Amino acid sequence: MTLPMMPLSGDPPRSRFLGAALILIVLALALAPFLFPGAKPLNVAAKICIFIALAASYDLLLGYTGVVSFAHTMFYGIGSYGIAIALYSLGARWDAIGLGLLVALPLAALLALVIGLFSLRVQTIFFAMITLAVASAFAVLASQLSWLTGGEDGRSFRVPELLRPGTSFGNLFGIEVTGRTLTYYIVFVCCVLLLLLLLRIVNSPFGRVLQAIRENPFRAEALGYRTVFHRTYANVIAAAVAAAVGALNALWLRYTGPDTSLSFNIMLDILLIVVIGGMGTMYGAIVGGTLYVLAQNYLQALMGTVSAAAGDAGIPILPQLFHPDRWLLWLGVLFILSVYFFPTGVVGKLRGGPS
Amino acid sequence: MSAQDIDAGAALPKTPRDYLPLLLPVALALAALPFIPSSSTWVTLTIAGLAMGMMIFVMASGLTLIFGLMDVLNFGHGAFIAIGAYMATLVLIPLAGWMQADSVWLNLAAIVPAALFAIVVTGALGLAFERIVIMPVYGQHLKQILITMGGMIVAEQILYAFFGPQQIPLPLPTSLRGSFQFGEAAVEKYRVVAVLVGLAVFLAMLLILNRTKIGLLIRAGVENTEMVEALGYRITRLFVGVFMAGSALAGLGGVMWGLYREQVNAAMGAELMVLVFIVVIIGGLGSVTGCFIGALLVALATNYAGFLMPKAALITDILLMVVILLWRPRGLYPVTSR
Repeated sequence: MTLPMMPLSGDPPRSRFLGAALILIVLALALAPFLFPGAKPLNVAAKICIFIALAASYDLLLGYTGVVSFAHTMFYGIGSYGIAIALYSLGARWDAIGLGLLVALPLAALLALVIGLFSLRVQTIFFAMITLAVASAFAVLASQLSWLTGGEDGRSFRVPELLRPGTSFGNLFGIEVTGRTLTYYIVFVCCVLLLLLLLRIVNSPFGRVLQAIRENPFRAEALGYRTVFHRTYANVIAAAVAAAVGALNALWLRYTGPDTSLSFNIMLDILLIVVIGGMGTMYGAIVGGTLYVLAQNYLQALMGTVSAAAGDAGIPILPQLFHPDRWLLWLGVLFILSVYFFPTGVVGKLRGGPS
Repeated sequence: MSAQDIDAGAALPKTPRDYLPLLLPVALALAALPFIPSSSTWVTLTIAGLAMGMMIFVMASGLTLIFGLMDVLNFGHGAFIAIGAYMATLVLIPLAGWMQADSVWLNLAAIVPAALFAIVVTGALGLAFERIVIMPVYGQHLKQILITMGGMIVAEQILYAFFGPQQIPLPLPTSLRGSFQFGEAAVEKYRVVAVLVGLAVFLAMLLILNRTKIGLLIRAGVENTEMVEALGYRITRLFVGVFMAGSALAGLGGVMWGLYREQVNAAMGAELMVLVFIVVIIGGLGSVTGCFIGALLVALATNYAGFLMPKAALITDILLMVVILLWRPRGLYPVTSR
């Protein structure tokens, strides 16, 4: 392994286009506060980072272990709410963030362990159904226990002094570096580290076993690897990473509510990102997440234009079908088509042939 | 082994019947009795639970049958529920005059065509869905889950696009509205109707599965698909038929639920889907009887808990599922070995 490949755990992009695209994305994200000044572009960039890390942790389950979970947003939400509740009740202190993480991460891991032990023993289809049921119960619970979670309104909270928009660190390249910029870099660096960690995990012997289980569980079992143990372990790791990403999300938004952390739409977003980007590649999460968040923020506006134009032209139904609220309709169609025709996703296509 | 060793007259060894789960709903109802202050409240709650359970059963039975026979878990089943309810509004809103008329016959003349229309449309959509969406992914669980989930999203969004995001009121007809006194307890008429319809569906399914040739083939297909094919039956036709029937049942359940709630919205499919999954898991994937018991258990538990501890009612389904799975990890009546 050559030295530059070390952080990638010996799993380079293996495609010139893909490599170039990844370098472009990472550079753009790394320099986002200076390349694209302004509140909205920075929000988009932070959302891209968060969704990349979240989708990558989901890829560990869906792509590498071959297990469909619908509870990934639940773990994401646990992380978000952990930070939110800690900062809300203890005030804007650093140790509150630490305490929130200290409670949320083990809680997510424990819950994932219990769900995994419970439902992964039988078959993976069982796991999909049970996670769906548990996640929806959790979402209802979070919106009902308003004394703790703030209910439907969620919790807005203040972050420590250093991370506030009002804090200024002076100018760099003519752009004012504020607490917001610092928060962005915390999010960015943490997401990069989490992604490298996941790459390390999937390229370890443990990761190889996961892939063996995905390809043929009976054979893996016959070779002496306990599938329940490995699947559950993967579920726990994915849950812990998702909770960590959820904490970053809460820190960035300075708000946590059911819509930003637990909603089923986020679950669908993650599914789409992983499938469109390419299951079982990790890099798929980067490409998919970037494309998806960009499309969500800029294509939706285009849909509104199309809808209005169709309405002016007097074409029936089209305005409703292209209404920006119907964004999920087209994503759903894209999703089905990509499962059928591009099961390896963008990354698989770029790498050429089955990897 | 010589020929006379085989005694042709001896009865085949019977599979032992397992009656224990059948007692669970009764036990649950009796266990709740001491906690509820008056027996009339208990009667009202129990009938409400039975009605809700029957409706959930109608929706869930199709899903469990499809899984048992075809090994396809249709995450898009909820879409058929919502579509069924919307189709009923298409018929019932123009016929609003008949619905409000004070005559049982005029009411029926509106309700029956609406239910039939919903059944026909969801059945036909089921046919299309099976042929176009599911056929290419038989035997691939991962892709099935993803694709049927995608189908669910698309169907829900299309409903939004055509009918708008608002809730559509679906009032009950005059003759089904209100309640009557049963001893001390007030019993809503529609709940009794729902119980009767649910029982009819359950009995019809049991009769078809156990007493007809088609039922025999379906049960054989659940046991061993390849063997049925080897004996010369076209299993794909059976698949299509069962998928259509399952989708039509979801549509019927959607109509019943829409009338029960007296409103219809596109999100109801996804919401009910979760309940249906829990019921199917409790009953054991593929079992109609298990699904029936599971539906009753979930609905009764929700109703009792909703009365005794409203906050706890949110998670009774999950708790019930956990308890049942601790007792029988594959559900009450596990059917397939898959």
